[in-house]
Amino acid sequence: MRPSTANNAPAVFDDNPPARVRRAFWRQPSVLPGFGLTMGFTLFYLGLLVMLPLAALVLKAMDFTGAQIWAAATAPRALAAYRLSFGAALIAAVINLFFGVLVAWILVRYRFPFKRVVDGLVDLPFALPTAVAGIALATLYAPNGWVGRLLDPIGIKVAYTPLGVVVALVFIGLPFVVRTVQPVLQDLNKDVEEAAASLGASRWQTFQRVIAPSIMPAALTGFALAFARALGEYGSVIFIAGNLPMKSEIAPLLIIIKLEQYDYAGAATIGSTMLIASFLLLLPINVLQRWSRLRSAEA
Amino acid sequence: MVIEVNQITKRFDSFAALKGLSLQVHPGELVALLGPSGSGKTTLLRIIAGLEFADEGRILFDGADAGDRHVGERRVGFVFQHYALFKHMTVLENVAFGLRVVPRERRMANADIVKRVHTLLSLVQLDHLSGRYPSQLSGGQRQRVALARALAIEPRVLLLDEPFGALDAKVRKELRRWLRRLHDEMGLTSIFVTHDQEEALELADRVVVMNHGAIEQVGTPEEVYNTPATPFVYEFLGNVNRLDCQIENGAVDIWGARVTAETQDGTHVPSGRVAGHAYVRPHDIEFTDNASAQPAIVRHVAAAGPTARIELEMAGIPHLIEAELPRQRYLELALKAGQKVMVAARTARVFPAK
Amino acid sequence: MAFGRAHTDGKVAALTESVAVRAVLIGLAMVFIAAFLVLPLVAVFSEAFAKGFGAYVDAIKDPIALAAVKLTFIAAGISVPLNLIFGVAASWAIAKFEFRGKSVLITLIDLPFSVSPVIAGLIYVLLFGAQGLLGPWLQSMDVQIIFAVPGIVLATMFVTFPFVARELIPLMQEQGTEEEEAARSLGADGWQTFRRVTLPNIKWGLLYGVLLCNARAMGEFGAVSVVSGHIRGVTNTMPLHVEILYSEYNMVAAFAVASLLASLAVVTLLAKGGLEWRYGHELAASRG
Repeated sequence: MRPSTANNAPAVFDDNPPARVRRAFWRQPSVLPGFGLTMGFTLFYLGLLVMLPLAALVLKAMDFTGAQIWAAATAPRALAAYRLSFGAALIAAVINLFFGVLVAWILVRYRFPFKRVVDGLVDLPFALPTAVAGIALATLYAPNGWVGRLLDPIGIKVAYTPLGVVVALVFIGLPFVVRTVQPVLQDLNKDVEEAAASLGASRWQTFQRVIAPSIMPAALTGFALAFARALGEYGSVIFIAGNLPMKSEIAPLLIIIKLEQYDYAGAATIGSTMLIASFLLLLPINVLQRWSRLRSAEA
Repeated sequence: MVIEVNQITKRFDSFAALKGLSLQVHPGELVALLGPSGSGKTTLLRIIAGLEFADEGRILFDGADAGDRHVGERRVGFVFQHYALFKHMTVLENVAFGLRVVPRERRMANADIVKRVHTLLSLVQLDHLSGRYPSQLSGGQRQRVALARALAIEPRVLLLDEPFGALDAKVRKELRRWLRRLHDEMGLTSIFVTHDQEEALELADRVVVMNHGAIEQVGTPEEVYNTPATPFVYEFLGNVNRLDCQIENGAVDIWGARVTAETQDGTHVPSGRVAGHAYVRPHDIEFTDNASAQPAIVRHVAAAGPTARIELEMAGIPHLIEAELPRQRYLELALKAGQKVMVAARTARVFPAK
Repeated sequence: MAFGRAHTDGKVAALTESVAVRAVLIGLAMVFIAAFLVLPLVAVFSEAFAKGFGAYVDAIKDPIALAAVKLTFIAAGISVPLNLIFGVAASWAIAKFEFRGKSVLITLIDLPFSVSPVIAGLIYVLLFGAQGLLGPWLQSMDVQIIFAVPGIVLATMFVTFPFVARELIPLMQEQGTEEEEAARSLGADGWQTFRRVTLPNIKWGLLYGVLLCNARAMGEFGAVSVVSGHIRGVTNTMPLHVEILYSEYNMVAAFAVASLLASLAVVTLLAKGGLEWRYGHELAASRG
C-alpha cells in the first residue's frame, strides 16, 4: 500500500542535501521554480529586441551637434508635420472619446438587433492591417468614392486633405475607448443609480453626476491610448492624406522620407522628438487618471 | 513527528509578520493556530509547510533542520484555504497527482495508483464522484477532495489553512467531527489555522492563540478558555465583561471581592495606584444575596436556548454588563426587564492597563 | 418594442431612457459604426471583385503576389512562436513572483504599443543599417539585415512582442499561485508544475494572445516598410505589395491582395469572438 520510498527511510528527509533556498534582496523567496530562467530570458529578449535598438536611436542622435539637432527638429517642414500629427491625433481622440463612450453605452445598456456583430466589429481596427484600412478609406472618401461622392457637392473634401488624416485616425483609435469603458460600465453597480433616482435625480443628472465620474478614469485611459496610437500611425494615413509637404504630411512619413534621402540625423531627430513629445503628453494624462482613480477609490 | 519552531522571524517589506516565535508540536497532536486576521497564523503555517521561508530562526522536523527544504521535500500534506484543486482534472486525477509526479523509477504502476486513489476517496466518502470535475462539487466535497489529495502522498504532517472557512455552518460542524476522527484514526500530526474560536476550542488538543505576529498563549482548550494568560486572550476567546478599575498595591475590589492583579509576562504589578481592567465571564456572574453582592437592574433578557442572556445596568459602570444563566436557574429566578437584582462575580481577573 | 423591454414599474423606468432617447443613441452609434467600420470592409471586397472573379484570381496567382504571401508567412512563422515563448516566460516571472522593479518591467514590455511603427523600423535601421552602429561590422561579416528578410522579421517581432505577454500577465496574476503551490507540495517539479497545472489553466488565454499577435504580425505595415527596401518578390510582404499595386493604380490587384488580409482579419475576429464567448471566464479579467 505504501510507496516504496516511505518504507524504511531512517533519515528524516529521504534524499541528499537540499538545494539551498536562494534569497535576494530584491525579491521574496518562493517555492515556485524557474524565476531565474524566465526572468533571464525576458530581460535578454527585451534587451536585444527593444533596449539595444532604442539605445541606437539615442546614440545616433548624439552623433550630431546640438545646432544640427535643433535645426533638424525645428525645420519648418518638420514643425508643420508635428502640428498635423499632434493636431489630427488630438481631434481624432476627442471624437473617439465621445463616440467610444456612446458605443460602449449602447452595447452594455441596450438590446438591439445584431448587437453581437457590432460588438465583434469594434475590434476590426485592431485586426485589419493598416494598409488595407488605408486604401479602403482612401477609396471611400475620394471625390468619386461612395462617401466622397456625397460630401463633394456640399464642399467637404476629405481624401488628400488634413481631414482625411483625421478620418483615418478615428478609424484606428475607435476600439480603445470602447474597450476600456465597456467593462467599467458593466461592473457599475446598478444600486448607485437606483439611489440617485430615489433621491430625485433625473436620468441626465444621474448620468452627469454618478455615471460619468465612474467611467471617467477608463474613458481617459482609452483617450490616451487612442491618442498615442494615432500619433504614431502610418499605414492607414498615408493613402488618404495626400502627403503634400507643409500641408498634409504627417511626422512618421517625414521620418521615412528622411531615411530614403539617407538623412539619418534628420530621421533620428524627428523620431526622438516624437517619442519625447508623446511621453510628455501622456504623462499628465496618466497623472490625471491616477488622481481620479484614487478619488473614486476613496469614495 | 515532532515539529519544532525556533525563534522564527518573517518580514514582508517593512511589515513584521512574525516576531521571533517559538512553538513545539508533539507527535499525534492536533493543534489549532487561532488569531484574528493579520496575526501571522497563516504565515506561520506556510513557513512550517515550506511554502514561505523565514528570515530568521529554524524549523526542525524530528530534530532535522527543514529550513531550506522546499515544500515538496518536506512530505507535508497541505490543504489550502480555497482548496486549490486543479480545475481541469477530475477528482480522481486530482488525488492521483502527487503519485503521478514521482520520478519514474520510484513511481507506482498506474493500476496501483488508481487503486490507492479509490481507497482514499472511499475514506473521504467520495468514491462515487471520482469522475467529476471540481466545479461540479459542493464546497464540502471539494474540501474532502483536497484532503484526500494531501493524504495521497502519505504526509508526516497535515497542515490545513482555514479548513472550514468557506463552508456554511451545518457542513462545517459535520466536517469538523469527521476531521477529528480521521486525524485520530490515521495517527497524524496536524496543525490547522482558524479565526473561529469555537472551531479551535472544539477540535484541537492544544490551541495556540496568536496576535500581531507573536504567541499570546499556548494551552489546552480548557486552559486558554478558563485561565487566559493575557487580556487579548480574554477578549478574543468567548464573551467577557471588561471593567475599568484602579489597582492599589497590586489588588483591587471587584464587587466586594478582593482580586489580586496579575501581569501578562509574570512581572510584578507596580505598587501604588495604577489603572487596570477587570475581566468577568458572563457565566461567572452570580445572582445571589450574599453580603458582598452589588445591586443591578435587569435591562434586557434573551431567553431562547439552553442559556439565558441577561443585560444588567450597574451603578458606576457606563456600559451594560452581560450575564449568562442556565435555563433552569433563569426560570427559578423569573427575571424580567426592570427588575432589581443583586449580583456577584464568582471569579474575576485583573490586569494593569497598557 | 424594438429597443429593450417595456418597463411599467416606475422605479425601473427611472433607470433607463425613453424609447426616443434610446433610438437616437443607438442610431447615432450605428451610423458611426457603419461609416467607419462596415463600409471600409465592404469596400475592400467590392473593389477586389470589381472586374469579376477571373481578374481577382489572376491578381492573387501572380508570382510576385505569391512571393509576398510567402514572406508574410515566414515573418509571422518566426516572430509569433518566439513571442509566444517570450510571453510565457515573461508572464511566469512577473505573475508568479514578487520582486522589485516589476512595474518598470511591465512598462518596458508595453513599450512597442506606444512607439510609432515607423520609429520601430527606424531604430533597426540606425542599429543594423549601412550607416548604423553595427553596420560596418555586419558588412565585414557579409551579413545583411536591413533591406533583407532578417530585418523584416526583427521589425515584426518588435511590434508584436507584447501581445502574448499582455494577455497572460493579468490572467496569471488573477489565477494566483495556489494551484502551483499545491502541485509543489505534492512533490511535482518545476516542469511538471508548469505543464500539468499552469498550462491547462492558461491555454485559451495563450491562444487568444497568439491570435492577436499573428494578426498584427501578418498585417504590420509601417515598421516593415522602413526596413524592407521594397524589392519586389524578395522583401515585399503582403501589406507592402498592396501599397505598391495601389500606387501603380492597379486597383483590382491591390484590393485582391488586400481582401486576403481582410479575410484574415475577419477570421481573427470570429475566432476571437468565439473564444470570448466559449472561454470568456478563462481569459484575462479585463475583458467583459
